[in-house]
Amino acid sequence: MEWLQETYLTYQSTLGYIGLNALLALSVYTTLSCGQLALSSAGFAAIGAYAASILTLNFGQSFPVALLAATALPMLVAVPLGLPVLRIRGVFLAIATIAFGEVVRLGLVNWDYVNGAQGLVAIPQKTSVWMIYLAVALALLLLARLRGSKWGFALEAIREDEAAARTMGIHTTVYKLAMLVLGAALAGLAGALEAHYSFMVAPNGFGFVRVVDMLVFAVVGGTVAYYGPVVGAAFLTVLPEVLRELAPLVGIEPGPLRFLVNGVVLLSVILFLPNGIVSLPARLRERRRARSVTA
Amino acid sequence: MTALLALEGVERVFGGVRAVDGASFEVRPGEVHGLIGPNGAGKTTIINLVSGLLQPTGGAVHVGGQPIRGLAPHRIAALGVARTFQNIRLFPELSARDNVIVGEHLRRKESLPARLLGLPPAREAEQRVRERAEALLARVGLEDRMRERVKNLSYGEQRRVEIARALAAEPKLLLLDEPTAGMNPVEVEAVAALIAKVAAEGHSVLLVEHNVRLVMDVCHVITVLNFGKVIAEGPPAKVAEDPAVITAYLGGPA
Amino acid sequence: MSGQQVINGLFLGSIYALFALGYTLVFGVLDILNLAHAAVFMLASFVALTLVASAGLHILLALPLAVLVAGLLGLVLERVAFRPLRGRADSNISGLISSLAMAAIFEAIAHEIWGPNVARFPFGTLTDKQLHVLGGVVSRLQLTIIGVALGLFLVLWWLVQRTRLGREVRAVAESPRAARILGVDVDRAIAASFFISSALGGAAGVLFGLAFNSVSPDMGRSVELKGLAVIILGGMGSMTGAVLAGFALGLVEVFVVAHLGGSYRDAVSFATLFLILVLRPRGLFGAPSLREA
Ligand SMILES: Nc1ncnc2c1ncn2[C@@H]1O[C@H](COP(=O)(O)OP(=O)(O)OP(=O)(O)O)[C@@H](O)[C@H]1O
Ligand SMILES: [Mg+2]
Repeated sequence: MEWLQETYLTYQSTLGYIGLNALLALSVYTTLSCGQLALSSAGFAAIGAYAASILTLNFGQSFPVALLAATALPMLVAVPLGLPVLRIRGVFLAIATIAFGEVVRLGLVNWDYVNGAQGLVAIPQKTSVWMIYLAVALALLLLARLRGSKWGFALEAIREDEAAARTMGIHTTVYKLAMLVLGAALAGLAGALEAHYSFMVAPNGFGFVRVVDMLVFAVVGGTVAYYGPVVGAAFLTVLPEVLRELAPLVGIEPGPLRFLVNGVVLLSVILFLPNGIVSLPARLRERRRARSVTA
Repeated sequence: MTALLALEGVERVFGGVRAVDGASFEVRPGEVHGLIGPNGAGKTTIINLVSGLLQPTGGAVHVGGQPIRGLAPHRIAALGVARTFQNIRLFPELSARDNVIVGEHLRRKESLPARLLGLPPAREAEQRVRERAEALLARVGLEDRMRERVKNLSYGEQRRVEIARALAAEPKLLLLDEPTAGMNPVEVEAVAALIAKVAAEGHSVLLVEHNVRLVMDVCHVITVLNFGKVIAEGPPAKVAEDPAVITAYLGGPA
Repeated sequence: MSGQQVINGLFLGSIYALFALGYTLVFGVLDILNLAHAAVFMLASFVALTLVASAGLHILLALPLAVLVAGLLGLVLERVAFRPLRGRADSNISGLISSLAMAAIFEAIAHEIWGPNVARFPFGTLTDKQLHVLGGVVSRLQLTIIGVALGLFLVLWWLVQRTRLGREVRAVAESPRAARILGVDVDRAIAASFFISSALGGAAGVLFGLAFNSVSPDMGRSVELKGLAVIILGGMGSMTGAVLAGFALGLVEVFVVAHLGGSYRDAVSFATLFLILVLRPRGLFGAPSLREA
């Protein structure tokens, strides 16, 4: 019992980060689920994190109010962002949204009110692990409920063939925009929760590298199922902890080793398991069936 | 009787190519209208113009009396137009049944809040949607392939899924772009019967086809296109004897 | 704008242009964004540094060797991260992701070999003699960098416009299917464009390392995003556009630093990039065609 408690205390922060990363991965997944690679999530998370922190730090607002604002503000930004940006597709959308993220980050760097590049410190610690997991659960429930509905099928159709989907009467822009807005909400909420979990925020925590991390979580977990990004986030958040224990044994510094393993895991998934970890069981079953047929 | 579909001097230019060059014809309610012509005559381009995937560079297209200039494809679909694609554009990772379910999109009147709360009415509606999709697949003879991903189906089966998916919208006007290409004779026969039946139920069909026998059998009216221009129009028997049509198909001076 | 600023802008711009040329070449041929380009940029810089500092080579000898290594890395990239994905329906997104994976692996390797800190070229690698041009002061280092960049532009232009290989690469860029019918060895042409692209990126990396006398595993990051700005500005896939836009960005940055302050430099370029993508996705200098999907 005591041992359990100790383990929990050691890994409590990891537990929180698994949930936060899961939310962020889901925020990238929402647009991916209709075939759009939008890399604006780090920007939205920054907006949420700063909005909430300013409210609790400088205006003495309660945490629920701050969370609400942190969810709503990115949604409001996502609409005018999405309307022009979603008309461009594929790689261009990715680049435009990277640019958006950089504009947000550099805007914060140049904003003296929030201490520029230094960021905000001494943010009250208000986030508990259960709040994070409640948010993850609600997000998953929402995405699960969409499956099989008219809207869920429309999203799948857009992902598979956008032009064909349009001839089926699907207003593709509305769906893509809705997913961008939903992703913005999740990212903003995650940003706010993280800020009040780690006591501080800085613009450079929301750069290109960060949004790539989120994308990697989603892709490694698998984007064919709504829970894939959560699996990916859990796997890749725990992995560095394991590596930290292992690093001395392999003789590589933990930092580079993490990069290396992330890169190798991502590459292997893209090449050999394009639908991510969640497709592994089905893959193995198929393999076994094929073998039993040939045998 | 007003035409369901009317093209008036429609023109579409790609770079220097006049793919459709001042074409005019009408499709009446309940009619199976053949659109034939040699390769590159502009048939697919016309289907794309009517379904809104392309915009005409000249002329006008009316659906149910309404001009569709500038309407997005999903708005045109809402006017009762559904189509298949010459180069099959199913949703490859989805099952045959799910492809057809997507085709029902416009007919599904469901409430998002009810769905998100998981209320029973939403479940029942979905059950009905599934059943309808299964019935449509049975209609094209695919009752035992419903759960298969369409990318694993044969060419002919995929074409039939596309037809079922288009029918799922209960369209007033069904645009079929070479629906029997790559099918075996048995399948062709089945599709011919299906087209006749669909028309008898009151849907209009614009049928692009290279299979001359099929066209002669099922069409009420045929429009012949060559180099983007209408060169003949009329009932099958009359068109078949038209000298201009014979020249266009056999080559020689147009 | 003073003569000095113009010189500084051209100097910076020549590096951006070189980097972006490689970026845009692969995009033009494959419609794929190679996000490992910046990692090759960084590795080449380290290779040159090692050749100069440890092997005692002259920089003008180390540069071509590092560029060659970069080109070979391009072949590795193509083989490992791109070729297996070719023909996959979402190859432009999965290719982007696999190139990110390669970038992480390359960065880890650099960390492991050279450590995380900033490394510097030994003193006197290129003398800092000052010359007076255009009413401004220009160092020999700057002149060498601009000269090497211009030389490489010419070589590339000749390669693409005047050689059989260049014709094949252009044919593949136009349409891989048509090129194959015309008898072009598509695999070879694609591999060649990766080699050339990475070699250019590597050259940019060496010059960048020399210019700021600072080489580190994460030196590619800021250039990577700026390279994106440049190729969008120039029109994706357009090589002339990339060169013009590279110089334009160099000049704009110098101008912004002089008039608004250093902290606005990057903000201005990304805001411009964003506006251009939204308002004029074909780029300022007009691309041959914008391929969507
Ligand atoms: N998107 C496009 N861009 C450029 N040219 C096109 C495009 N679509 C069609 N064309 C050209 O327009 C002409 C008509 O093409 P279309 O596909 O409509 O012919 P078709 O009658 O359907 O032929 P087929 O019987 O071979 O299907 C052809 O010359 C074709 O090359
Ligand atoms: Mg056709």
